[in-house]
Amino acid sequence: MARICVQAADFDIGAEFAALVAGRTDIGGIGCFVGTVRANAGDPVVAMTLEHYPAMTERAIARIAEEAERRWDLLGCTVIHRVGRLVAGENIVLVLAAASHRQAALDATGFLIDWLKTKAPFWKKEELPDGATTWVAARDADEAAASRW
Amino acid sequence: MADAEPPLTILYFAWLRERTGASQESVPLPAGVATVGALVAWLAARSPGHASAFANRRTVRCAVNQDFADPETRIGPGDEIAFFPPVTGG
Repeated sequence: MARICVQAADFDIGAEFAALVAGRTDIGGIGCFVGTVRANAGDPVVAMTLEHYPAMTERAIARIAEEAERRWDLLGCTVIHRVGRLVAGENIVLVLAAASHRQAALDATGFLIDWLKTKAPFWKKEELPDGATTWVAARDADEAAASRW
Repeated sequence: MADAEPPLTILYFAWLRERTGASQESVPLPAGVATVGALVAWLAARSPGHASAFANRRTVRCAVNQDFADPETRIGPGDEIAFFPPVTGG
């Protein structure tokens, strides 16, 4: 059973890691991915606002996690996605996947973030230093990354 | 009317919300509308903002009762139908 949370507050990676492995001796590896707000050179994003579809979001993430658990026989899984306004450098998303062996843990982590990017109802709006805002367009590369699984 | 059908709840997210000027609206199921695609055609005629939101339908995604749907998905009274751009989370 995955731990899934959609929240405005930041997450504590250490605490989430500890909660995932507490009392377990069957886990052989844990994959971890943290997505953060990036300011590109020439595109100095100061913040992003993450919007989502509250009635659907956690259910959509749960389905993605169930798919990962089924494909890689995961021993535990955590997905925390933040919403609201996040400034450059802040955490956006945490994915942890625990398995008996490293390959399953690493592959499941990659699968989870790739599918989250294309199959969970979140939308990002970028904010530039002059206050101008633009909705981030979906990238074909993300769709290709999701479809490779 | 006591026997009135429950209306559709239409939700808009991201730039569809900005263009329609509404995050949510409640409308009776229009006569002759049985699919998402037919509903989009009906909604697009509601206002210039709606027309703008649905101008490029290839960039609009949909969910019916919180499940991803497509233009052929059938809809009925009381359904919650959400329109949004391709997702960009993660």
